[in-house]
Amino acid sequence: MSDEKPKMTLILFSGELDKALACFTLATTAAASGFEVTIFFTFWGLNVLKKGGISAGKKNFLQKMFAFLNKGTSSKLPLTKFNFAGAGPEMMKMLMKQKKMASLPQMMKAAREMKVKYIACTTSCGIMGVDRTDLIDDVAEMAGAASYLAEAKNANVNLFI
Amino acid sequence: MFNIKPDKELDCLGLYCPVPIMKTAEIIKEMKSGEILEVIADDEGILKDMPAWAKMTGNEMLGSQTEGDIHKVYVKKK
Repeated sequence: MSDEKPKMTLILFSGELDKALACFTLATTAAASGFEVTIFFTFWGLNVLKKGGISAGKKNFLQKMFAFLNKGTSSKLPLTKFNFAGAGPEMMKMLMKQKKMASLPQMMKAAREMKVKYIACTTSCGIMGVDRTDLIDDVAEMAGAASYLAEAKNANVNLFI
Repeated sequence: MFNIKPDKELDCLGLYCPVPIMKTAEIIKEMKSGEILEVIADDEGILKDMPAWAKMTGNEMLGSQTEGDIHKVYVKKK
């Protein structure tokens, strides 16, 4: 093995709990295997990074409505299937706890401890009126497609979730 | 059958992927080169995941043994 660290990038486009779990399972495993890991959060994926509460960003009327309908935060993500107006994710979290599986907040904490880098997509933020201050402090960069590609070009594993 | 004397033990019973691998990575960091870690798990994925992890990180997979549903895997720190 060369001295250079292997690299992995993930694009988290989706804002559902199940997909976020898949993303962070791979990110933490890769980081624990010596990979340098970057996650690029775009569109619905930004919901995983939202702090929740009242948004500080300046918004026009449509963006305000959008923010109301699309609140986000990692603890309130829906499921891609069996969502049942939020009952599904709660059941899933209970099952995961029963089975002693790592929760999304635990995995996100582990990811940060292992220096997984978070990039938030500025275009998505712009469309939805999401301000940097609406996002958790772990976000390292606010950037766009070129920054992602520059990272992905030299990476060994690149995934879109 | 096995003649391995581990220096450290990691109990991962009841834990699922990716936690055993993350805990292994964490504990191996604290160990000295040449020391052996025994990981005890009941998620059978460990039998494939630990050799894969060892290969990626350059640590040495010494082997594993299974008794019933319990798997013990041995990794030597590089």
